[in-house]
Amino acid sequence: MIAAWFSLWGSLPGWSRILLLNLSKIVAITIPLMLSVAYLTFAERKIIGYMQARIGPNRVGPAGWLQPIADALKLLMKEIIIPTGANKALFVIAPVLSIAPALVAWAVIPFTNHLVLANVNAGLLFAMAITSMGVYGVVIAGWASNSKYAFLGSLRSAAQIVAYEIAMGFALVGVVMASGTLNLRHIVLHQQGTGFWDWYFLPLFPLFLVYFISGVAETNRLPFDVAEGESEIVAGFHVEYSGMAFAVFFLAEYANMILVSALTTVLFLGGWLPPVAVIPFTWVPPLAWFLIKVSTMLFFFIWFRATFPRYRYDQIMRLGWKVLIPITLVWIGVIGTVRFFTPWGYLFH
Amino acid sequence: MTFEQIVFYFFSGVLVLAAVVVVTVRNPVKAALALVLAFFSAAGLWILLEAEFLAIVLVLVYVGAVMVLFLFVVMMLDINIAELREGFGDYLPIGGIVAALMVVEMAIILGPRRFGLAKVPVPQAHGATFSNTRMLGDLLYTTYVYPFEIAAAILLVAIIAAIALTMRRRPETKYQNPAEQVRVQRSDRLRIIRMPSEKKG
Repeated sequence: MIAAWFSLWGSLPGWSRILLLNLSKIVAITIPLMLSVAYLTFAERKIIGYMQARIGPNRVGPAGWLQPIADALKLLMKEIIIPTGANKALFVIAPVLSIAPALVAWAVIPFTNHLVLANVNAGLLFAMAITSMGVYGVVIAGWASNSKYAFLGSLRSAAQIVAYEIAMGFALVGVVMASGTLNLRHIVLHQQGTGFWDWYFLPLFPLFLVYFISGVAETNRLPFDVAEGESEIVAGFHVEYSGMAFAVFFLAEYANMILVSALTTVLFLGGWLPPVAVIPFTWVPPLAWFLIKVSTMLFFFIWFRATFPRYRYDQIMRLGWKVLIPITLVWIGVIGTVRFFTPWGYLFH
Repeated sequence: MTFEQIVFYFFSGVLVLAAVVVVTVRNPVKAALALVLAFFSAAGLWILLEAEFLAIVLVLVYVGAVMVLFLFVVMMLDINIAELREGFGDYLPIGGIVAALMVVEMAIILGPRRFGLAKVPVPQAHGATFSNTRMLGDLLYTTYVYPFEIAAAILLVAIIAAIALTMRRRPETKYQNPAEQVRVQRSDRLRIIRMPSEKKG
């Protein structure tokens, strides 16, 4: 049986074999990702529940474990209502534009030293460029809905994302200066040493903070979720969306959260490297370390949501332009000066 | 046709089509979105030329930031399309002359004498480890460092000018200084007064 499969594989033309291999790799990344998104929503509800001294969802399945599946089924059954006066084509395409970048950027994320779909030289730039396109889904959704609340939400989101992307870009400049490469795999390999004290989050600590805060802002998560702002503009850009169209926005938000956590892990927390390179830690497979780190960052996302009240809009703008961007600029100057004019340049590798 | 040619014709076809849509479609938001598509196709063509840094930066800067701000403005415009189309006949002769001149100029510059296949050789293909970004950086910060810095200074001046032109203090804004808000003490806001309790009736 297996031999028959192999002979069939061998008889295929070369290009189709590459195509099939790549397709199966993409499926192997996307399906676990979608499952993690589903269970991230469950984890969020449970964790916030415990933080607020309640137990969270516990009815569907054992201890509530089937809750995300039930939610997905419920949303699939619901009607997608297209409001009158809405721009139909754009209304339908907006959720797709929102989720596509959140999935595409995974192409360059190195899970371990060998487990990466596309090991491109400019991987970091690619990830940034793709994630910067996520805002179109929000902006188009707000405009196409023909609703004032949705429109306000999308305008807020556009201004916010442009502001925080600059801070994010500058934070990444620091990483590129330290590692001297744009290849995400090499950035992790540059952090290899004896343990966590070689990872970039220590020498680049201000940039690490700025990057993560900007990441939270870019994914429109609390305390930066003015694009939704349910106490002010109902549900912001997705007011008019129902059923699966709404669910796709929801999936995109959570997929983006996982993506930002994965990028933070790769850039600042040593990717798949163990925290201390000695025996019991090196036994753990690299992929497990990667997933542990990503989960920790995701926990922070949820923790923020349970802890912080929403920023006022002018406070968001002030934080982005007047606090985060100056911090990154100063630290880029510090990295450059220390590396080339002082004997402590090794601190930044 | 090789695979590269197919990709090239696909991207250039989409690029031309999107560019046509930008100027013909009536809705300004759709025009802006078509421009995004045009940028994206252009980035695809640059990737084909192994100029991956330029291609990605085109997407990052133009698609990710500039066009978002464009959309931001365009979405808030309340344009009456019928009014815009009113003077079409009057402007047609002048517009036609300008367009014809531009075509002639482009034909002179971009003709086969300067941009023919004989003049521009096929770019040399590089290996997978070749870093386009590093090459660009080396050139930009050594050979072209003065033009680069002059351009940066001009941009900085433009930023300052734009801010200076639009910045004004309006008396009706309720701007709050966060530092002041953080520094506030109980004594600034709260006054405890002694009141005798009610007399028993």
